[in-house]
Amino acid sequence: MEKNIIEVEKLTKKFDSFTAVNNVSFNVKHGEIFAFLGPNGAGKTTTIRMLTTLLHPTSGKISINGFNPVVEKANTRKSFGIVFQDPSLDNELTAKENMEFHAALYHVPKELSKERINEMIRFVGLWERKDDYIKTFSGGMKRRLEIARGLIHHPKILFLDEPTLGLDPQTRNHIWNYIKELNKKEKMTVFFTTHYMEEADKFADRIAIIDEGKIIKSGTVKDIKKETKTSSVEQAFLKLTGHVIREEESSTTKERARITSKMWGGR
Amino acid sequence: MNAIYVMWLRQLKRYWRSRGRMVGFLGQPILFLIALGFGFGPIYKAAGGGSYIQFIAPGIIAMTALFSGMFSGMEVVWDKQFGFLKETLVAPVSRVSIMIGKTLGGATVALMQGIIVFIVCLIVGFRPINWVMIPLTLIFLFLVAFLFTALATSIASKLEDMQAFPIIMNFLIMPLFFLSGALFPLDNLPKALQIITRLNPLSYGVDAIRGTLTGQVHLGYFLDFGVMAILILIITSIGSYLFSNVEV
Repeated sequence: MEKNIIEVEKLTKKFDSFTAVNNVSFNVKHGEIFAFLGPNGAGKTTTIRMLTTLLHPTSGKISINGFNPVVEKANTRKSFGIVFQDPSLDNELTAKENMEFHAALYHVPKELSKERINEMIRFVGLWERKDDYIKTFSGGMKRRLEIARGLIHHPKILFLDEPTLGLDPQTRNHIWNYIKELNKKEKMTVFFTTHYMEEADKFADRIAIIDEGKIIKSGTVKDIKKETKTSSVEQAFLKLTGHVIREEESSTTKERARITSKMWGGR
Repeated sequence: MNAIYVMWLRQLKRYWRSRGRMVGFLGQPILFLIALGFGFGPIYKAAGGGSYIQFIAPGIIAMTALFSGMFSGMEVVWDKQFGFLKETLVAPVSRVSIMIGKTLGGATVALMQGIIVFIVCLIVGFRPINWVMIPLTLIFLFLVAFLFTALATSIASKLEDMQAFPIIMNFLIMPLFFLSGALFPLDNLPKALQIITRLNPLSYGVDAIRGTLTGQVHLGYFLDFGVMAILILIITSIGSYLFSNVEV
């Protein structure tokens, strides 16, 4: 039996009357690539936030690399790296400065950090732009830099929340091959969400599908296809979650805040 | 330690790069200095108070540290909005050091803004009585800056967006400033106002800054220092606690 590096048991998160994550249980084995799939608003990001110490669960148990993220926050944080779904770069710093900031926060030794930063900036094709401010970057460039930043240090567990959203197929492939190699070479566990089902098909060892806060299916890619009598993860996904387009929480609050901060001369 | 340094450095870089905006923030204190300083000057002199510029310049310098510090602290809300806060919150460093680094950075910026206004004061005719005391002035100015940056950071850690900023401006920053002795002497005040000014932490900062610059100290340096040091400890502790429990 391989050891589980992530264990989640009966995890629930309620926001007032709305249950975002409902009694979810799953395990991720050490060294595995695990895809966490679901329609918009299914509870993927909320689950990741709880696993990564950013949100208190309402109830349930979590173990990350043997640590409980609710009480052993520091040890939990030492165990993982994350690429967030939403932007998380500092617009007023340059690409390189954002990378250096990350390396310093993650205690990457000076020499190694210099080497890795250069390597990763080249890897995502931003070498010529490394001294430019993030505010001059396009969405895709920011995304690439965020992935590069997430790979400066090599954590035991890497969380990727829709990492390749908005990237072209070339870049997606390029990045996934690199992650796959890291996973093999360093036994790094990868936990990712995506809406590109072929990524799950190609790279995931196991999959869990979550819908309306509940896990409706989990298993290896092969098993899921077999059980749903489909030939691709995409078909299996549609069969399991239906064809209805989901409503997501409105983002007007966020938008409004953005406008307010602009008014105040913000970034 | 490293985290404190990088957070501090980031604040300074941002400050340096948004010089234009920062100069804009100096408009208000300079307007107060010139309009009130020269406007009330003749009356103040006739009433036997001496030079009003000499009196309010230290108050305006403290005001700059207050405004600038509060604003730097509030920037946490932007970091939240723009997602950058998440990046720091999941890092394997204690949130206390993130909070302290950010506050130190904001306070350093506020101190520099205060120094710029001090130079403007010199240009319009303000004269410190003893240049040897200036290092003490800077220490007290930094305490004011740190205290209010920490206060704003603590408040900001509980806020979702900048919509609350006007409320904080009108119900916290402005009262702190107007009820502090920055603009008027603290002796012979009506009882109610006297109590309020005594409860206002900025009064102690203004008192010490004015004392070291002009020799007019009302509450006493030890009391000034003690009150601010204790408040800094309390507010930084509360802020660290709140910051440790931020959810994004």
